[in-house]
Amino acid sequence: MTEKSTWQTKVGLAQMLRGGVIMDVTNVEQAKIGEDAGAVAVMALERVPADIRAEGGVARMADLRIIEQIMDTVTIPVMAKCRIGHFAEAQILEAIGVDFIDESEVLTPADEKFHVWKHDFDVPFVCGCTNLAEALRRIGEGAALIRTKGEAGSGDIVEATRHMRAVMTGLEHLKGLRDDELMTEAKNMGAPFELVRQVAHEGKLPVPNFSAGGIATPADAALMMQLGAESIFVGSGIFKSEDPAERALAIVHATTYYEDPHEVAQACKGLKGAAMVGIDVASLPEEERMANRGW
Amino acid sequence: MTPRIGILALQGDFAEHLQAFSALDCQPVPVKRPEEVLSCQGLVIPGGESTTIGKLCQRFGVDEAIMQLHQRGAPIWGTCAGMILLAKEIEGNDQWRLGLMDIAVRRNAFGRQVDSFATDLAIAGIADGPVRAVFIRAPYVTRVWGEAETLATFEDNIVMVRQDKLLATAFHPELTDDRRIQQYFLNMVCSII
Repeated sequence: MTEKSTWQTKVGLAQMLRGGVIMDVTNVEQAKIGEDAGAVAVMALERVPADIRAEGGVARMADLRIIEQIMDTVTIPVMAKCRIGHFAEAQILEAIGVDFIDESEVLTPADEKFHVWKHDFDVPFVCGCTNLAEALRRIGEGAALIRTKGEAGSGDIVEATRHMRAVMTGLEHLKGLRDDELMTEAKNMGAPFELVRQVAHEGKLPVPNFSAGGIATPADAALMMQLGAESIFVGSGIFKSEDPAERALAIVHATTYYEDPHEVAQACKGLKGAAMVGIDVASLPEEERMANRGW
Repeated sequence: MTPRIGILALQGDFAEHLQAFSALDCQPVPVKRPEEVLSCQGLVIPGGESTTIGKLCQRFGVDEAIMQLHQRGAPIWGTCAGMILLAKEIEGNDQWRLGLMDIAVRRNAFGRQVDSFATDLAIAGIADGPVRAVFIRAPYVTRVWGEAETLATFEDNIVMVRQDKLLATAFHPELTDDRRIQQYFLNMVCSII
């Protein structure tokens, strides 16, 4: 029997993207630079998070013409973002044929209470999380890939490490629990019981987990991979740096050989242009933090 | 001797391949460096992005190691992206490839991600009924020539090919629990060591 767009084909694409770098791009030229540097996918959007942060206003799904131009230009998968809870934007993105939808806190949320019910879609979704419970809520709604949120557009890695460590610590904690403790744990976490039980037994998430939000250097990429990320999303870190092409190459290099400091050093030494300037997240008021969007 | 099966781990679903071979009588190892590739008796190029894996192969000298391994007579199996990299011809694309098999492939031949699917395939040389095959943004083979032999088709499109010590599948046997294709490849490796 032939079945289209199953849970397995959705998670399968996420598995194919492992060990790679997914780059935010805003036009065809940037998409080409990303693909040439060895990106495994590009995220098509109108403004990178650093610009969204600087310019303010409502951040929405990108112009479809830009997304389609990028889809026509590169052979690697093209992802696009919809607002949290904006299932109509998601329907539109699916209709034009994007390969992955990011229901993203980087855009202005469309719904303060509800995320998209992602099981209804043929296209796979990726969602952000700040801890294990949030990851399991999103997977319960149908996310085929999880990324830790970090703080998008900051160029500061501190939130990315906080969120990755929270997920990893959560997994270790669950693994150590007895069956008779799991229902209470699920209640306290606010996460679906069946997924809590599955994760406790298997010791890992049922979908891949990538890292996002604040990665600006090859060393940042190596740090997140060693902390347990299976791939890296780079938003502003590449196209807000002085020389995007060389930085894209260097971050791919460091992600491939993340466990070898000599290789990561080589990647760093290839960089002549400066990294994005960035913002110290500690100086950001709570209401300006994108990671607080969604629940 | 237990054969060492290298799983090219530059990018892609190498973890699933490692897991799949771990149930069989062999030693699966992730390989990322030229010397690691050369330490194996067989090599698997996993699913992933063929442009990414190809660029990384070239940048880090892994391409030459794979060619050397091939010249030594070690079997190589490519799944999806791996199939693209083994092909001599890629339709409308000048991306780098190993170019070892007498096949022409079309990338994303079944469409974009929403067209990804799973189906049951009858495969020549694989006994005990059809194999569940998962196709993700998959290529297919548009033409075979020379020594290349078609082992399976889906709706008249060629999706599995063998050419002596080279094997290519457009789908992902590593994503199911069926180990018959891994065993088929392992038999290819064991027949030469």
